[in-house]
This record gives sequence, C-alpha cells and structure tokens, in this order.
Amino acid sequence: MVSEVQKNTSAILRVERLSMKFGGLIAINDLNFEAKRGAITALIGPNGAGKTTVFNCITGFYKPTEGMLTLTRQNGEEYLLERMADFVITKKAKVARTFQNIRLFSGLTVLENLLVAQHNPLMLSSGFTVLGLLGFPTYRKAAADAIEKARFWLEKINLVDRADDPAGDLPYGAQRRLEIARAMCTEPELLCLDEPAAGLNARESAELNKLLLDIRAETGTSILLIEHDMSVVMEISDHVVVLEYGTKISDGTPDMVKNDPKVIAAYLGVEDEEVVELIEQAEAAGVDDITAAVDLLSTEALHEIVEAHPEAEPVELIPAAAIAEVASSKARSARKPVAKKTQPTATAAAIKAGSTSNALAGPRGGKPDKLILIKGIGPVNERKLNEHGIFHFDQIAAWKKADVIAAETYLAFDGRIAREDWIAQAKKLAKESQVKPAPKKTGGAK
Amino acid sequence: MSEPQALLSIENVETYYGNIRALSGVTVHANPGEIVTLIGANGAGKSTLMMTIFGMPRARTGRIIFDGKDITKLPTHDIARLRIAQSPEGRRIFPRMTVQENLQMGASLDDLKYFDEDSRMVFDLFPRLKERINQRGGTLSGGEQQMLAIGRALMARPRLLLLDEPSLGLAPLIIKHIFEAIKELNKNTGLTVFLVEQNAFGALKLADRGYVMVNGIVKMSGSSADLLANPEVRAAYLEGGRH
Repeated sequence: MVSEVQKNTSAILRVERLSMKFGGLIAINDLNFEAKRGAITALIGPNGAGKTTVFNCITGFYKPTEGMLTLTRQNGEEYLLERMADFVITKKAKVARTFQNIRLFSGLTVLENLLVAQHNPLMLSSGFTVLGLLGFPTYRKAAADAIEKARFWLEKINLVDRADDPAGDLPYGAQRRLEIARAMCTEPELLCLDEPAAGLNARESAELNKLLLDIRAETGTSILLIEHDMSVVMEISDHVVVLEYGTKISDGTPDMVKNDPKVIAAYLGVEDEEVVELIEQAEAAGVDDITAAVDLLSTEALHEIVEAHPEAEPVELIPAAAIAEVASSKARSARKPVAKKTQPTATAAAIKAGSTSNALAGPRGGKPDKLILIKGIGPVNERKLNEHGIFHFDQIAAWKKADVIAAETYLAFDGRIAREDWIAQAKKLAKESQVKPAPKKTGGAK
Repeated sequence: MSEPQALLSIENVETYYGNIRALSGVTVHANPGEIVTLIGANGAGKSTLMMTIFGMPRARTGRIIFDGKDITKLPTHDIARLRIAQSPEGRRIFPRMTVQENLQMGASLDDLKYFDEDSRMVFDLFPRLKERINQRGGTLSGGEQQMLAIGRALMARPRLLLLDEPSLGLAPLIIKHIFEAIKELNKNTGLTVFLVEQNAFGALKLADRGYVMVNGIVKMSGSSADLLANPEVRAAYLEGGRH
C-alpha cells in the first residue's frame, strides 16, 4: 500500500518472550509478536488480558520482568526498549502513545497541547530558554514551525476552530482525536493507540479509520493499536494479535483471526452483523416494519444464533413471536425425540445396554437418515449406531455430554465425537432435512 | 403519555456550564419497568442530562420528578437514597478501595443487608471481578473498572438505573453479557433503566423507547423499532463503518 515511505520492510517492533509480573499476578506470559513497518497492527483480547500492560512495557512505563523489545528505526538504528527510560523512548526511539482514559492537559488550550508535544525541538532551538528569551531568529523560526505543524494536525483532525479552547472543554470524541494529534506532533515512527475508538459512535469511528489510514499513508508511521471496536480493527488493520490472560491465542490477518474459534469463544461471541445484514435485506425487500423484518429472519440465521447459545435466551434480538417459532421448531427437531421417545426405549428389549438416552427401537417411519453424511461416521460406525438405536440426525444433535460418553464407549472412540463436532454437523443435517418453515431469504447470511 | 405516572420525568430542563447552555428545554420521561435510551453524537449533552438528574450540575430551569416527587433541588446524596443508581461515564470507581469495598459502597444504602446475595449476582455477571476481589480498584484494567462501576450501581438495588456508556472499553462478548443482564434484570425485577450509549444499534435493540439528542435538544423520540427504521437516525448514528 505505502511503497515509498518505507523501503525497510522489516519489523519495526519485535516483542520476544515478554513477561510482566506484578507480585504473584502474571499480566503477560511469554509473549512473542512482531509489528511490521508501515503496517497497522491491532492488539485485541478480553478485558484484563494484558493489552495495556504490553503498551506500558513498550513505552517504558513498566520495566518488563523478562523479555526483549527491539525497535528498529527507519535508519536502521536498533533500540532495546526494555532498557530505556520512558522519555528517552519517545525522544530517541520515536515511539508515541495515547491513553485509554484520555490524558490531555485539560487546562491548556488545544493548540498548547500540541506545542507541549514539541517541547524537545523547541527547547533545543531556544538554547534551553536563553536564546528564546533573547528572541534569537532561530528560535522564532522554530516557534513558527511548531505552530505550523500544530495547525497541520488541527486541520487533519478538524479542530482548527477550537484551537484556543481549553482541551478539557472538547467533547469526548474530539479529545480522542486531539490525543492522536498530540502524539503525532512528536513525529513518531511507531504510534501506539490505546482504544482510540472507545466512546465514539459508528460515524465517528469511521472517521477515525480514515484519519489513521491517512496518517499511515502520509507519514509512513507504523501503528500499533488496542481496540474493542471491531469495525475499526477488522477494517484497517493488516495484522491482528489476540491476547487472553497474558498469552497469545491467535495471530494473523483480520480474516483469519475473525474466524478463529478460539477468538470467537474468548472474545467475539456471535456476530451482531449477521442480524444487521438480515434487517437490511428485509428492508431492501420492502419491509419497513422492524418486527416483520425480524420475522423474516426466523430461518437459518436465527437457528444459528439460538444454537450457538442454547442456554441463553436471545431476547434482545428477537421479538416474542419469532422466539416462539424457533422454540417450537427446535422442539420439533430436538426435544421431541428426547422427551417422548425415551419412555418406550426403556422397555424396548431390542436396544443394547449402554445406549444413549435417546435411543429408538427402530427408525421413525421405517426410514433412517444417512448417518454417514456426518464426517467421521463410516458404514461400520453407522451400523453400530443403528444397533444402539440411533437412526436420525436429530438424535445425535440432541446428545448431551453423558450420551457422547456412552456413544464413545461403544464406538471405542476417544474424544472424536467432540473433535469432529458430530453434534453440530448433525444439527445442520437435521435442519436441512426438515421442511423449511419460513420464506426463503435472498442473498443469505454470511 | 402512555402510562399515567412516569417513574422519572424531566420537564423542560435547561442546564448551563458557566454561560454555555448545555441542555435546552429537554423533556424526557421513563415509565416504570421501561428501558429508555438516549443516543446522539459526542458533545450532544447526553452525559450532562444524566448528571443533571443527580443535581451535578443543577438544572437552572425546569423540573425533574422521580416517583411523583420533585427532586430538582434535592442534594445529590438524597437523590441517591431514593434508589437512583448511576454508573457514570469514565468509571469513577474508588481506586484505593478493593473490588469488595467498592461493591460494599454500592450496598451501603441497606447497611450491607443484601450484600452476599447481590454480590453473587454481580459476580455471576462479571466473573472477572470475583477473581480480583481483593485487588485495589485502581489496579484493575480499564474494562474491569467499567465492570466494577456497573456492578457497584447494581449493588444499590436501584429502582432507576442510569448507565452512561456501559459498553465503553469492553470486549464485544462482555458487552453482550451486560446487555443481556440489563434485559434480564428489567424483565425479572421490573428495573427501570435509562441508558446512554454510543453503540446506538445495540442500545436501540435493547430499549423500548429512545430519544435522539442533538446539541442539547431532544430532536426525536419514539419506539426503538421506529428509530431503528428511521432513515435519518440510521444515517447519523447507525451507519458508517459498522458493516
């Protein structure tokens, strides 16, 4: 994307075997990752995973317990950040940061905040105040340059009009942008942003995306960011690192990470966007009443949501009518065979001992499902399952933990049912074999 | 309006910071057992309205009525005793107190009578807090502090819960938990919730009704479904980046 600015495409920051312990609390445990030069790297993870602690180690607020943080500047100079004091890191290694809870100088004006950031060059050119007091032309020029640079960034963040207002009077979103501008005034090569989109609405985060992409394109600054707003992370980052309990659990492109089951379980949960998309589709189809729109989505997407959270009631997404429908269809597919057919099975002599709780004496309607469609079940296993009274996908779909253990015992499998996720497969197949209750959607959820 | 007696009604309130008018003629109400949300851009005055309910800053004109009682001029601590609890923007927890002590502060209205029971509920909601029970509030991560602020508000057994950006800085999964929990509390105990959120889509999905605030004025109001479907609202608060 950015070609000229960085010829040196190596990693700007290498984090190796980083550990940080606070007394008995291990905040970061043996963390390794790289941030590429000119790239936007995102650090995500559940609250308390240690993301901000990583930032604090990089910027010298903490001395890491163990590990090495190597920053390579554009000109090839290497710095070991863990050995440097925080102010030297800013000055020499050219790392700048923003804070999770905004730390502007709230009593100073917006412009002054940006001038303070240029303290180092200004001090030099003012001969540590003396020349400045005497009004030397070098200092006057430096001061003019500093204001010019501040103006440049104020224009970028749309705050020129408020340059002379106290920073503390700005609304939250503007303060966030000002913090980024202040960091940029130190001319960093690595910009570390701690939750830059927190407290911003959808529109403002879209603007933030643009600002960050602009910063990278125009200055070649590499960006490392911590963020919970997935519309920011997934849209602009080139590389995502996921932490949980101080350990890396995933590392890769946004798409890889987004679909990593570990990340979904620990962090993302089910995507709301699926629902948003469906509502939009419904609208496109000419349904403007939201309830009707949600009714439209009572097929696949809803099943998926319900199945992903079998214990949670999806009340916030779905009106009662839709829930009732799902519940009844769920009952049709899963509960009924379990609840009703278990009693006859208890007396059925044909079933072998050690069968699962929902075994049947024979296939319903005399027609068993093709169980071999489930990955991991071959003809031999199908026969064994049939012998134990399992003929239908929905039976497998309804298996509880104890049933899985029972089945594994007679199939002589260890952990394979869970590994190959027969239950989810069976659910899918069971659903497909059902007659679709509601009108088909066009386009389909992703 | 729809109910004869609103639990909270704010009538024609104007609030000033010095000479700057932050709220002009705001009229908003919340019926018992309702979830009401207030959406709007940064700087629109949403948090100011939340704080005005608590008398910091005071409304210069207009009236604020809670459960039939005029609380416009009541001191803040007396307002809290009426069982209005707030989880303020920016996690104002007590940084030198432990997690446990912070929660005890929330429960102090009842002399800790229900502490065990209620803290169990909070820990169910945020298991992270239980792990950190003896840690000082100030040493928690940002998101954990947010959980603590919400937990502390819940400990007060509020009749009206004011939540100012509860999702700020929290992981997507936790946001979902919180929204589910609010819905649950609302359904089970009839808790009335007044919610300010940047995450307008999530807030409107959760709420029964919503108000849209622009520059200190309530510009639009209606059922959540209407607002969600309203093209103007969609353009201003729901779209852009979230696809």
